[in-house]
Amino acid sequence: MREERSDMSEDEDGGGGSAKSRGGGGAPPPFSDQVLEIVLENVLQFLSSRRDRNAASLVCRSWYRAEAQTRRELFIGNCYAVSPRRATERFRRIRAVVLKGKPRFADFGLVPINWGAHFHPWVSAMAAAYPWLEKLCLKRMSVADGDLSLLAHSFPNFRELSLICCEGFSTAGLAVIAEKCRHLRVLDLIEDYLEDDEDEMVDWISRFPETTTCLESLGFDCVGGAVNFEALEALVTRSPALRRLRVNHHVSVEQLHRLMARAPQLTHLGTGSFGSAAAAAAAAIPQGGNNVVDLVSTFAASKSLVCLSGFRDMAPQYLPAIYPVCASLTSLNFSFAEISAEELIPVIRHCHSLQIFWVLDTVRDEGLQAVAATCKDLRELRVFPLDATEDSEGSVSDVGLIAISEGCRKLRSILYFCQQMTNVAVVTMSKNCQDLVVFRLCIMGRRRPDHVTGEPMDEGFGAIVMNCKKLRRLAVSGLLTDKAFAYIGKYGKLVRTLSVAFAGNTDLALMYVLEGCTKLQKLEIRDSPFGDSALPAGLHHYYNMRFLWMSSCKLSVRGCMEVAQRLPHLVVEVIRERDEDDDHEAVEKLYMYRSLAGPRNDAPPFVEIL
Amino acid sequence: MGSGLVVEEDGYGLGLEETELRLGLPGGGGSEGDVAKNSGKRGFSETIDLKLKLHTVVDSKEVEMEVWDKMKRLPSQKNLLPCTNDPEKPSAPKAQVVGWPPVRSFRKNILATHSDKGSKVEGEKSSNSVALVKVSMDGAPYLRKVDLKMYRSYQELSMALEKMFISFTSGNCGSQGMSGRDFMNESKLMDLLNGSEYVPTYEDKDGDLMLVGDVPWEMFVESCKRLRIMKGSEAIGLAPRAMEKCKNRS
Repeated sequence: MREERSDMSEDEDGGGGSAKSRGGGGAPPPFSDQVLEIVLENVLQFLSSRRDRNAASLVCRSWYRAEAQTRRELFIGNCYAVSPRRATERFRRIRAVVLKGKPRFADFGLVPINWGAHFHPWVSAMAAAYPWLEKLCLKRMSVADGDLSLLAHSFPNFRELSLICCEGFSTAGLAVIAEKCRHLRVLDLIEDYLEDDEDEMVDWISRFPETTTCLESLGFDCVGGAVNFEALEALVTRSPALRRLRVNHHVSVEQLHRLMARAPQLTHLGTGSFGSAAAAAAAAIPQGGNNVVDLVSTFAASKSLVCLSGFRDMAPQYLPAIYPVCASLTSLNFSFAEISAEELIPVIRHCHSLQIFWVLDTVRDEGLQAVAATCKDLRELRVFPLDATEDSEGSVSDVGLIAISEGCRKLRSILYFCQQMTNVAVVTMSKNCQDLVVFRLCIMGRRRPDHVTGEPMDEGFGAIVMNCKKLRRLAVSGLLTDKAFAYIGKYGKLVRTLSVAFAGNTDLALMYVLEGCTKLQKLEIRDSPFGDSALPAGLHHYYNMRFLWMSSCKLSVRGCMEVAQRLPHLVVEVIRERDEDDDHEAVEKLYMYRSLAGPRNDAPPFVEIL
Repeated sequence: MGSGLVVEEDGYGLGLEETELRLGLPGGGGSEGDVAKNSGKRGFSETIDLKLKLHTVVDSKEVEMEVWDKMKRLPSQKNLLPCTNDPEKPSAPKAQVVGWPPVRSFRKNILATHSDKGSKVEGEKSSNSVALVKVSMDGAPYLRKVDLKMYRSYQELSMALEKMFISFTSGNCGSQGMSGRDFMNESKLMDLLNGSEYVPTYEDKDGDLMLVGDVPWEMFVESCKRLRIMKGSEAIGLAPRAMEKCKNRS
């Protein structure tokens, strides 16, 4: 029976259930089988989680096919894990694609430019296979203007484009998108690096259609140059569906005021500079109370605002303008504003509903205490360093961490940069915040011990994995011995992502993790003394992982080669940025990942695939 | 031959190494030139007319390694005092390591310009920390950007450019779905080269097109607005102009 079904699918034109039998012999396949597949498809189309879909596709051939026909969203966590052709051949009715490229450590300069993750082969394949594509989300991909142009011309129904941490394109590419994608609802540019020179920028904002648009979200806070403000204001005016607007720092607070007046229905606002236009400031025109009063009333009129960000060059006298919306804010991003505790407290006092808060460490422990006192519903906290160097003065410490843990019991995700920490504080957080899913502590001084006891930070992180039973993502720092990793391996059973830097003593540490963390998918390690003998400990598991990154460890080509030979579907990349004359054996950077596509054919010369 | 560099024996060899400002590490800068001279191989220290020979990257490794010997730093490591590469030993204070603390450069750049508030610097570019210029190569479909501050010499820049544009040719092939990479590279390279060499040129502050290698490195970094790697045949007309400028300066 199964053979007949597969015959049927080979003859199918991609539409469901057409019963073409092979010419000549054999009875036509039973009507009931065709009906079954149609029924199956109708049921499976309601399945949205990709994990559920993956499981369903493994049941049998029929389910595999039905699932492939009904999948609408394609998630590719590693663009090199599968070839574009294979993906588009299996899934033929995709409407939305998420595609991720470079390893995360590329954000910190550890992956050389031109390493890869080119969007081009994907957009070419999709242009042919998915003419009805609507949504695209790219993360850490290398995207050229030509790719954006191809996108704009190939998908007449295109609606949503999100580019996160991408590079390689410029305002010229944005212009084509604006002009050609007539159904565009979302254009979100998040921390991308655009290739523009100031003198060569294109006025892409003016290229949106002159009629009413269906724009719902427009975010360009990472675009370096000024946009045509008149055009932007006009665009906002003719975009009645606009709910999310994030402007870049060239938009002054006066201009923001005008935009907000045009769009009182906004829910998410990126405020740009939130400071005065340079000319006014330089001329020392008394801004006085009037401007602030106007701004306050504008915010008061924006009754739907729940998310505020921007504040890139904030002038403190404008901060009170946001008071009217504080009580309804669920998300507030002050991470580019150098505000003190004194400036923060009057604001945060009103933010009872806050769930997401990003801030600079300039607010100090005192500021964090104020957060803890008010934001009882806080789910995510990120504290970034103003001065991201190892020996800067620490502005936040264990005191702030403890305060947050005591005040914000529902905390799920924390990213905390500090200069020094204590085990006691981390243990306290592990006990107070049982809902933690993401715990990322970055003690900026490398290998710094507990600053009170002088001991390693093993116990603190151990408590986190022991007590926070829902923990899925962990980043460790400070002085850590193998013991910390023993804890992680023993208790971190749900951990999917682990980031390690300047930690551990011996290979045992890595072995503990590889053997113990059964759900591990992403492991990134730098500058830790782990060598070849630790690698085999993960052989049973590497196919279950998305990737392993190890840089500045103690690996050699021989050790990596052994892994490559034992696991043929693993792509093992050795990245060498400079010509090592003396040590061809040492592996400076290892990046390995499972792949159905085999070694990639676009690897630059500094990448060697074993 | 097999060298990635060619020194013109005519008027270009002005021996500007004495005037050339170097950002060498303590003890590292001076000897680099010596190494190059002693070995008899052509080093960056002579005013050079850089010609990229894409097919000789492999051969040129020997030359580059000699000159590279004293400069064992990742191009991306800046502000380094000599410190050991041994991860066990704690580094000297104030030595910065690439990508640590793990703050995205997007954020770092923004906060860096905050501290430059007085000078009203545009966007993410701060005149101190980065000197980003576009690099285009005739025939390559992509533009790239390089940060000139990441390099300390023409030599380093030349190597980086070679690596960058080798990957263009293989990148081209990859995106066209070629499977036989080696085969495709060779014939594609032959097409590109076809007897003509590539010459790096740049556009300076005045908008003039100049040959790379013309002026001391520091001066180049300050004045270069854009890099363009053109076919040798097109660059011929530049030679006399470059000489003119040199003469005017000396």
